[in-house]
This record gives sequence, C-alpha cells and structure tokens, in this order.
Amino acid sequence: MELLSLSAVELGAAIGTGKATAVEAMEAVLGRIAEAEEELHCYITIDKEKALERAQSVQRRIEAGELTGPLAGVPMAIKDNLCTEGMLTTCASRILGNFVPTYTAQAVQNMERAGAVIIGKTNMDEFAMGSTTETSAYGITRNPYGREHVPGGSSGGSAAAVAARECFFALGSDTGGSIRQPASHCGVVGMKPTYGTVSRFGLIAYGSSLDQVGPLCRTVEDCAVILGILAADSQDGSQGDSRIEDGMGRQAVGEKPQNQEIFGAESHSPDSGLNAGQGIRQKTGQNAGQKAGGQAVRKDSTYLGRKDIDFTSALKKDVRGMRIGIPRDYFGQGLDGEVRRAVLAAAECLRENGAAVEEFDLSLAEYAIPAYYTIAAAEASSNLERFDGIKYGYRAADAEELHQMYKKTRSQGFGPEVKRRIMLGSFVLSSGYYDAYYLKALRVKAMIKKAFDDAFARYDCILGPVAPATAPKLGESLDDPLKMYLGDIYTISVNLAGLPAISVPCGADKNGLPIGLQLIGDCFAEKKILQAAYTYEQLKKA
Amino acid sequence: MANIISDETIEYVGILAKLSLSEEEREQAKKDMGRMLDYIDKLNELDTTGVEPMSHVFAVSNVFREDEVTGGDGREEVLRNAPEQKDDMFVVPNVMSH
Repeated sequence: MELLSLSAVELGAAIGTGKATAVEAMEAVLGRIAEAEEELHCYITIDKEKALERAQSVQRRIEAGELTGPLAGVPMAIKDNLCTEGMLTTCASRILGNFVPTYTAQAVQNMERAGAVIIGKTNMDEFAMGSTTETSAYGITRNPYGREHVPGGSSGGSAAAVAARECFFALGSDTGGSIRQPASHCGVVGMKPTYGTVSRFGLIAYGSSLDQVGPLCRTVEDCAVILGILAADSQDGSQGDSRIEDGMGRQAVGEKPQNQEIFGAESHSPDSGLNAGQGIRQKTGQNAGQKAGGQAVRKDSTYLGRKDIDFTSALKKDVRGMRIGIPRDYFGQGLDGEVRRAVLAAAECLRENGAAVEEFDLSLAEYAIPAYYTIAAAEASSNLERFDGIKYGYRAADAEELHQMYKKTRSQGFGPEVKRRIMLGSFVLSSGYYDAYYLKALRVKAMIKKAFDDAFARYDCILGPVAPATAPKLGESLDDPLKMYLGDIYTISVNLAGLPAISVPCGADKNGLPIGLQLIGDCFAEKKILQAAYTYEQLKKA
Repeated sequence: MANIISDETIEYVGILAKLSLSEEEREQAKKDMGRMLDYIDKLNELDTTGVEPMSHVFAVSNVFREDEVTGGDGREEVLRNAPEQKDDMFVVPNVMSH
C-alpha cells in the first residue's frame, strides 16, 4: 500500500483495520523527509529515533485495543510555537533556541491522547510574526509547488510539510491568517476555528485575543476529524481515545462528564458570549470544589468547552439552499486576476449545485489591517515581556547589571520583525497614545464585528479569496513590512471578529502555484463552512 | 510622512520595550514606525463616537481556582532551562548598579 498518498483519516482506517501499522506510517514519512527535507526545510526539529519509538508504543496500544480513534497511529507535525514536553520548542526565535518545555500544549495533548504521533516541530515566522516563514531564525522553508517561492506564513513549515507529504497533517496557529494563508499558498486545507474553541494552553502567545490553534491537512474530512479532537474538553472522555487519563496519570474512564449544564453553542443567541462566560465560571468553580488536588482545572480562561464538536456530521455533499455572500470589497483593487477567476469559479460551482450566491458590501474591510496591527502589536509587546533571559532561553553573556542584561538579551535574541512589532506595541500602549491608537483600534474592532453580524443575519457563509496573490518569491517580502501586512487583508478581520474560516484549494496560477478559497462562518458555525467546503471539494474531485 | 518619530520618542520606546538599538536600527525603526502610524491613522476616518472598545469578542472573566499545593512544579526540569542557576535558584546579574 502506498501509505503516503493516503489522507490522515484513510491512514487511520488502514492502521485500525491492521492493513498498515503506525510504525510503517512513521517509516514512510521519515523516508519522505530524508528525500525532501534538505531542500524544503519544513521542520526545525525532528528526532527520528524518538518518533519511531513513539510510533511503536502507539502501535502496541492499538493492538491492545486501547487506542481506537480515527487518527490512532497517524504521524503529525507540530508548529514550533506549541510547547512539547522534553522536545525543543523555539518559536523560530534565537531567544528560545535552547528551550525545552516541561509540559505539553493542550492541543498537542489532545492529539496524542487520540493516538496521533509527533514527527517533529515545524518552521514558522519568528513568534508567528510574518506571512512568509522568512523571519525564522532557523532558515527559510521552500514552497513544494515552486522552490523559489515562500510557503506563506506564519505556519509555513506546517503547510509545506503537509503539501510535501512530510507528515499526514499538522497543527498550526492563526492570529491573522497564519493557518489559512500558508494552506492557500501550499494547496492544502487549513482552518481557524471560532475563538475559544481550542485551548491555547501551551501555545506561546503572540496576540492572545486573536490566537487560535487549528489543523492543516489534505482533506476537509481530515480537517473535521482533527478539529473535533482539538476542541474536545480534556476533562471529558467523549472525544478521541476512550481511555483518557488526567494530568496525574489516573484513568478517567467511566467518570461522567462533569457539569452538563455548560455552554452548548447550538443554542447560541446574540448574547452567547455572556452565556459562555457564565458557563466557564460555573464549570471551573465546580471542578475546583469537587476535585481537590487531583484533576487539572481549565488552563485557558478563554477556552469555551464547546459541546457541538461533532464536526464530521457536517461532511455532507449538499449546498442546496445555502446562502453564500460574496463581499465586493474582497474583489477590488489589488486582487490578482488569476486568483479572482479561480475563486469566482468556485462560487459558481456552488451556485450551480443549489447555493444562493450573491454579492454584498461587507464594509470596513480596509480598516481591518490598521486595527489588527495596532491590537496585535500591543498584545505582542505585553506577551513578549516575559523573555528576559532569567528563567529560560537565551541570555546575553556580557551584561554587568540586570537591566543591561534584559536589553542586551532581548536585542540579540529577537529578530527585526519581532522588534518592530514590540516597539509599535509599546508605543500604542504608552501613556498619551493609548486612547488615540489602542482604544481607537478596539472601537474599530467592535464595528468590524458588527459588520459581520449584519452579514451573517443574511448569509450562512461568506466566500472570498484567502490572499490577494499566489505565493511570492523568496526574498521579495521583508524589505517592505507594510506591503507584507497588506497581503493579510482577507484573513485578519476574521481574527478580529473571532470567526471560524477555512481555506480550501481551488486551482493554480499559470506557474502551478496553488490558489485558496476562503469560506468564513459566523461564530460557532464551523459546520456550515465545513459542509460548503466539503461539497466544493467533492464536486471538484468529480 | 505625517508622523515624524523623534529621537526622544524612539529612545522612550526602547526603554518601554527593553531593547537597545544600534544607530542603524534606530533610524530604520523611526522610519518604520512613522509609516505604520501613518497607516494606522486611517482609523481616524471612522467616527467611533459611542462605540465601546471591544477587547474580546466574547465576554470573558477571570477563572479562579483554589490555591492548593500540589507538589507538581518540577523544580529540576524547570531549572534545567535556566541560563544560570545555583542552589536551586535562578542566578541574575547585579540588580543594583555599582
């Protein structure tokens, strides 16, 4: 069996039925890595021996009947801003060049509990700041579809690894398009879920109010399966492997999922945010009382613990009656002609199959970029204060006193793009400018959210491009940061408004570089965009 | 360029951000920040009177737990990441200047 041509779910099924093993799958991937990695450089860290050991251990558990989930035994790649216990986690920065976390990110834990096996850690823009993976302190990644082109970013290593079959799927993070844009540039599926769907515990923070973890993978089916596992509440054994252990190593089997009253997003109303907040408070309050000293409490205060995460139920080839809006603002000046044609052809395909497609004015699209860069830089400047050379990471050698050590460490440890954003963020938060810049951006964010609310009163999905053009050539983006930021125009408003959005391949340009289609849904409406994306994928395949 | 970043401003930002910049970096930073602020000034085209600033899309509130000793700190593992350690503590350079 040619394992490398399988999707993650197909491979999981082959392993589950004994047609293949987790070890064979890992060997196949490592073989592919041996061929392609030297040129592409998708990974920062790979430990082949440990990866094979992990695969052997998982295979034993599969054979013992302990692991039965759809992704048990499937090799995966992890973006290097997700902490992995005992495995180097650099965030593609010099300042974390020797950082070995003592714990594993919740998203990664969920995947491992479901039996997926870590191959290694993927390259990215330093601290996820960038759109090309070129700001990495550990070298560039090449686009598998055009070796002189970038893979996109910031999850460029994850996207390229999926496209080059150096993994069966990968995890990424999306603060302003960092999953969807590289997925688009590398011709794979990538999804950013509703803010709060996946725990950010162990994700090294960039813009905390915008960051979400999500999958990069080959098919929409893979995407739905992975997202269901990522979103699962680790204290509730309903998803992934049935033998979930709690943080202290005790079996949680047979324990009833606690606190049934918590947030059910199916019944969300305009004030669902408030409900969500209350749900969290109730839940953690009870846990703290009931499980003294044992079970870990929720470690991301914005994690929603959603119950409507059976995303595979949306894998239906049917868009009849689905209302799809195409924002005129997304098809104006600056959009490449070939991208435009491919995206509109995809819209036409959905229309021919029964969707009600119409154009509308979303408004405010042009204000999303300045609002985003103000907010993201502000949050970054605060989040990155922790890198001070004391408890972990790089420390400048020749400092005589503490304050000098901070400054030298940070100046030597951070790259130019990270420094640029930290400085901008420090400025917009400084006294005298806070109201004019930071609060102004938060007000514009509220207006952008309102514009989407109005749109989703009329439409099930919003359809548009992911990026204005296909992947740029290596070395052409970093000279002009502002120009690079403008490339994020179709993805960043989604993060500001907390919405879910998926990138699905919809063609290629004349050079063979992939083009992505973006489907944006209302908060908690992942299933609608998954259904539209699945339908499109199946129609395109036929 | 409408926003001219002065030497004083970039000095101040360097203090806030705990970064020391070379002369070349400083000039580049002044230029970059000026351009970004020009671009951000576009937000002033919008009348936001009466619009509440939205920090999070959903209402969030602090999540509390009981403060219990669990012995799960993993002191050795944590200290292994420290650039310098002594007697189970982090070592830092002089805090007071001479």
